[in-house]
Amino acid sequence: MKGFILSFKSEFYKSRKTLGFWAAILLPLLIVLLVFFGFWAHPDKTANLPGVILWMAYAGAISNVMGILLLPMYIIFIAYSVNSIEHKADTWKTLFSLPISKWSVYTAKYLYALFLVFLALLLFYLFTLGSGNLLAMINPKFKFHDYNINIFLGEEYLKLFLASLGILSIQFLLSLVWSDFLKPMGIGFIGTIAGIILVSTKNDYDYLLPYAHPLMALGSLIKHNNAPVIGIPVLEVDLFTKEIYVSLIVGAAIYIIGFFIVQKKSVK
Amino acid sequence: MLGNKRKSVVIQTEGLSFTFGNQQVVKSVSLRVPDGSIFGFLGPNGAGKTTTIKLLLNLLHADSGSIHIFGQEIKANRIAVLGQIGSLIEQPAIYAHMTGRENLRNRALLLQLPHSRVEEMLALVHLKTAADKKAGRYSLGMKQRLGIALALLSDPQLLILDEPTNGLDPNGIIEIRQLLMKLVHEHGKTVFISSHLLGEIDKMATHVGIINNGEMLFQGSLEELEAMSKQLVQIEVGGNAAEAAAAITSKGHTVADVEQDTLFVDYLSKEQMGEINTLLNQKGYVVYSITKVQKDLENLFLDITQKAGA
Repeated sequence: MKGFILSFKSEFYKSRKTLGFWAAILLPLLIVLLVFFGFWAHPDKTANLPGVILWMAYAGAISNVMGILLLPMYIIFIAYSVNSIEHKADTWKTLFSLPISKWSVYTAKYLYALFLVFLALLLFYLFTLGSGNLLAMINPKFKFHDYNINIFLGEEYLKLFLASLGILSIQFLLSLVWSDFLKPMGIGFIGTIAGIILVSTKNDYDYLLPYAHPLMALGSLIKHNNAPVIGIPVLEVDLFTKEIYVSLIVGAAIYIIGFFIVQKKSVK
Repeated sequence: MLGNKRKSVVIQTEGLSFTFGNQQVVKSVSLRVPDGSIFGFLGPNGAGKTTTIKLLLNLLHADSGSIHIFGQEIKANRIAVLGQIGSLIEQPAIYAHMTGRENLRNRALLLQLPHSRVEEMLALVHLKTAADKKAGRYSLGMKQRLGIALALLSDPQLLILDEPTNGLDPNGIIEIRQLLMKLVHEHGKTVFISSHLLGEIDKMATHVGIINNGEMLFQGSLEELEAMSKQLVQIEVGGNAAEAAAAITSKGHTVADVEQDTLFVDYLSKEQMGEINTLLNQKGYVVYSITKVQKDLENLFLDITQKAGA
């Protein structure tokens, strides 16, 4: 356990000056700022909407951009950046000749990539809430204060996080095996496009493709038995839909396979 | 206590074998590296040196054979054994986006060492002034020195260095040599150092192992290696050296080598030297010098590795 904590700290130390780490902060900041200014500059379109509808429009503008394309692309980049630090410096063999168990070294790297995805989604959540409330303070016509979306939005981002575990594991493995960016990026991009096509054509087996999971997670966000009665939806997240289970299983399986691959690969 | 320790063996392998695909790159290697020695592990490029080192560090797993380091079997005691080893494998593994100091601090973090140790190492390898420069912008020699500082950071009992003088200028090589000798003589460390050039390590090594095509061809102290070296008669002649060599051969002497106007003949006795001198004079060759020489270690090394390859 100590070896794991030390390795995790070292992952942070190594990455803290790289774009891989800063992307986790800059991406949410940038997207939220864009949507924030969009709403702020054109209050006529959305002001005076009921709180719940306004929140859905505002948070949805942010999370839909994320779920469809940005989240998979961000995961592809994070998985690459965490591994490329070692590829570039040719340090896999050094890491594995330290007096620290190999599982600790590998797990720390995997969980650090996971942590960066979690951090980005957490910041999306916090920035969305913060900027929405700020907007209501600047312009009282925005009725954000009428509705408390904190729990719903938190669960939404938690679901997106769980839905991204499958992609992260696959991309982590690809970036472990290949030191260049193009191969994992190309495969990830094709997977993402295939995911969009499968989901938009309502394919029966779309839940089996991890790249479709974030998009599906957003689509299956609200419990079906909570259909709006009189135009105002009841916001309650259906967290564990079947694509989430697939994502968790794929994530765990590939994490274990990756360990055996990295051992063989690292020491050529 | 110390007397006993001195005699003990730090690295001991028995019948170590390793195969890449269907090519056997390490063939039944049995190493004995005594405590307090500088063990020069020599062989041409591709002889199996780096693979052997990776086996010693548990990065690769042997097909057969065993490895004991400090008397402990490596697989069963991996973390305990690795805790006593500092290593540098192939080119130094350095994070280019971090400064020299940050590279050392990152390793210190992993090994739970104080920052003061980082500063000591920077001073030791003369990187104090360049400590805050990005390591990616270091010269090859500076990178190599940083790699050695990383290997030394935990103050390990055993240093395993794979061609640490690669890319260093003569001054750099001398510096590393002095540093390693100091570590062994003043701090009782053991150094296992590989090289493809005997000349780089014969001034510091106490023991030598020679490997080629995965096989150990020689192992022992430097004195034992020197004792193997043949004595030769070196003759500097005027005129055609090749023809002179033919004349000497026709009288039953063995010519070992011909270099421009110099001949080397296997030494037998003083009488033989006189005989050769007379013979050459009779045939009209001017003998500028005739003297007994010891074959140098570099040639001996080449001899050993080439004989095995033939």
